[in-house]
Amino acid sequence: MSEEKIIKGIKFGVLSPEIIRKVSVTAVVTADVYDEDGLPFEGGIMDPRLGVIEPGQKCVTCGNSIIACPGHFGHLELAKPVIHAGFVKHIYDVLRATCRHCGRLKISDDELSKYLDLLKRLEVRWPLLARGLTDYVRRKAMKVMECPHCGSRQFKIKLEKPTSFIEEGLEGPRRLWPTDIRARLEMVVDRDLRLIGYNPELARPEWMVITVLPIPPISVRPSILLETGIRSEDDLTHKLVDIIRTNDRLRESINAGAPEVIVEDLWDLLQYHVTTYFDNEVPGVPPAKHRSGRALRTLAQRLRGKEGRFRGNLSGKRVDFSARTVVSPDPNLSINEVGVPEEVAKVLTVPERVTRWNIDELRMHVLNGPYRHPGANYVIDPAGRRIDLRYIKDLKAVAENLKPGYIVERHLKNGDVVLFNRQPSLHRMSIMAHIVKVLPGRTFRLHLAVCPPYNADFDGDEMNLHVPQSEEARAEARVLLLVQEHILSPRYGGPIIGGIQDYISGAYLLSSKTTLLTKEQVSDLLAGSGYEGPIPEPAILSPKVLWSGKQIISLLLPADFNLRGKANISAGPLRCEDYECFWDSYVVVKMGKLLMGVLDKKTLGSQQSESLLHWITKEYGNNFGRKFMDNIFKMFLRFIEMRGFTMTLSDVAPPSKAVEEINNIVEEAKKRVFELIEQYREGKLEPIPGRTLEESLEIRIMEVLADARDNAGEIATQYLDPFNNVFIMARTGARGNILNITQMAAMLGQQSVRGERIRRGYDVRTLPHFKPGDIGPEARGFVKNSFVNGLTPIEVFFHAAGGREGLVDTAVRTSQSGYMQRRLINALQDLRIDYDLTVRTPNNSVVQFLYGDDGVDPSKSSYGSAINIDRIIERVIGWRL
Amino acid sequence: MSGKSVKKKINVLEHELVPKHEALKPEEVVELLKNLGIRPEQLPWIRVSDPVSRELGVKPGDIVRIVRKSPTAGESVAYRFVVSG
Repeated sequence: MSEEKIIKGIKFGVLSPEIIRKVSVTAVVTADVYDEDGLPFEGGIMDPRLGVIEPGQKCVTCGNSIIACPGHFGHLELAKPVIHAGFVKHIYDVLRATCRHCGRLKISDDELSKYLDLLKRLEVRWPLLARGLTDYVRRKAMKVMECPHCGSRQFKIKLEKPTSFIEEGLEGPRRLWPTDIRARLEMVVDRDLRLIGYNPELARPEWMVITVLPIPPISVRPSILLETGIRSEDDLTHKLVDIIRTNDRLRESINAGAPEVIVEDLWDLLQYHVTTYFDNEVPGVPPAKHRSGRALRTLAQRLRGKEGRFRGNLSGKRVDFSARTVVSPDPNLSINEVGVPEEVAKVLTVPERVTRWNIDELRMHVLNGPYRHPGANYVIDPAGRRIDLRYIKDLKAVAENLKPGYIVERHLKNGDVVLFNRQPSLHRMSIMAHIVKVLPGRTFRLHLAVCPPYNADFDGDEMNLHVPQSEEARAEARVLLLVQEHILSPRYGGPIIGGIQDYISGAYLLSSKTTLLTKEQVSDLLAGSGYEGPIPEPAILSPKVLWSGKQIISLLLPADFNLRGKANISAGPLRCEDYECFWDSYVVVKMGKLLMGVLDKKTLGSQQSESLLHWITKEYGNNFGRKFMDNIFKMFLRFIEMRGFTMTLSDVAPPSKAVEEINNIVEEAKKRVFELIEQYREGKLEPIPGRTLEESLEIRIMEVLADARDNAGEIATQYLDPFNNVFIMARTGARGNILNITQMAAMLGQQSVRGERIRRGYDVRTLPHFKPGDIGPEARGFVKNSFVNGLTPIEVFFHAAGGREGLVDTAVRTSQSGYMQRRLINALQDLRIDYDLTVRTPNNSVVQFLYGDDGVDPSKSSYGSAINIDRIIERVIGWRL
Repeated sequence: MSGKSVKKKINVLEHELVPKHEALKPEEVVELLKNLGIRPEQLPWIRVSDPVSRELGVKPGDIVRIVRKSPTAGESVAYRFVVSG
């Protein structure tokens, strides 16, 4: 057992040749890997001393088996030193800041001790400022062209990317070879190094020029055995073989006294191999390729980027106790439930400790075994032994043997709490806790009201599910993460969870004045929504007893609830500002009775602040809000099922009279456009200030055509039946808007790319169907047909051109905002709000002196204050007004 | 005429977009740091070379109070620790 240590800090430095040799278990001397028998060579790259390869073997170096052996480094003595490509910038800086002759920092001794003194004091108090000082000193030293210590003249040094240095001496430019560079770097004294920001104990500059290369253990670069029995080596091994080969050739050439050119060529080749061994994506260096032409994945590539060690394996990992599948809707669930397929529930487990109180239940789980649903997969005895129930014949014996202290890893079952997530996880509502409901089928089921926070739909979306394994995690999930705790969004304070689509249509239809319900219908609706209590006096007694929809909705409202506000349909001719409302578009709830107004998006929709849902969840609590939504949404769906709700072509086909009027508008608009063009040609067009004549013409034409579309849309909607289902959806905000109806019924209107009429295509025309120079409406992407009429081929082309821009925009936007999100999260993830409402970093530095400058949590306040007096007055005396 | 342009001396503190800045008195500094429970360098920093610090004539080690008008909070107070540079 090793002794327990506590990490106090981590220091990063450069490996010195001495350390590399010291940790090395073997010097690599040969480029050959395996002999004829397939055994690794001693002194080769796969030397057994570097670590165990095959299971069952014992490590030659440490005596451990494959699991325990950490692997051991070897080393390779290079025939000539090479530059480490990752440190060229530092080498370049040190070379320029020091004297080429004496190696001293080019700062006079007086100044030197002054700066050193300052640096020492800064390092104690403000390490961040010390950095600035060292930068300043280094930059200052670089500018000096005569050494203040030995007086020798300095020359300009140029960095020829990526790894060669050229000194522009008196006799013209001369290449500095790694040996020259290393000699210069060795001369720099420790004291000077500290002043330019290096710690000589951890990072002497000459160590950045490699003389001894560490050979990583085999466990870092395991070879794969293919089915054919052929060994396939890791990319790193390939690269190391290249380095050793070149190194051997270089050494032989030197020993044989080969001409200087040949030695230098081999030296550069060695430099290339070592550079690509560290990083195969250095700019200016052709990447080293595999025989197949694939670029090698060398050291830097393993660490860097999304799939690299840091982002791929350390910041984010693959986890156990998780599941992913397609999601589909289930309106019969509660909004905080999630439907889990039985197949999934039998794989995901919850560890439950056996106690006196749950022993019978857990025995039942164990008896059911791993293949029958509320079963169990493992039993862990108090000694920590894990019994796999798949291989137990006698489950009864295991069940009987259970005693308090055992742990049963039982199947997920109804009532368990799990985390549910849909990517991209852009806000905290992207991961919420749900209560499990095990269901048949193979998809996760979720309530439609939680689609907005997840931004989920059911066109093939997949979601992830995680099972918390500890009591703490489960408690946290239950208290902080359950869906109802997120009904109110921290972004704008209103409910982000709420009615969508058919819920809104249903609410509108049920609450509309024309809806009268028979006793059977009332019973049906109330039974579906879980109402238990008396049915009120019917609104109409004769000739038949009938109830109004508003009466039934009122049964689900809290008895002391008051609310007033406009409905979504309160727009255009149906606009109402107050009580006197003929159109029923002003909602009034007094003492839990919906007295007037229809319910629609404004009162029940998601992302609607100060709606009915908002006040209910705020004033009666999150859990009440959840139950309210569960019940009332079921009622709306039940009603819309009862009534039926569809759309058909004739819903958006305007009558012939409307078509005629629309055609007139189009003709009128075209005439106006040609007039404008005429004026422009004659030079009579009045330019808009700050615009050229051409721009003015375009703007005017766009105005005329946009008006034409709006007018046509208005006419089309005028002729539509107000209880037409398509129109209902647009007005109540359930789906679509008036513009969509305009496009279906009247006309698509002007298509645009980059906010202009379409002009791209050929030189002076968009398509060969038009005369050159034609700038009339049709030639520039005006679509006069509607979707009901059908588009001409030319119109389809323009519509596609406009539609393409939208697609490109969203693609660009998502990638850009995704990157911004990543950077913001990385920058802000460790900030917290302290008890004194200051925003602080983990080391207690202050970022904001009061959270958000006002210390307000939007989801727990109203317009920035803890109480909303208007709302309180409305609550208390509102029912009397 | 050419070359030499006469620089008009502008007091940045008087500009309408610059919020109110003032140097803290020593006793205020003690109280602030005690209330926040931090060392001065744990405050956000401002450079002495910042136009505002130059106008105020503060030295490294001083603390500046900034009072801003805010649409949500009315007035918000922030502090800056003056550093060299």
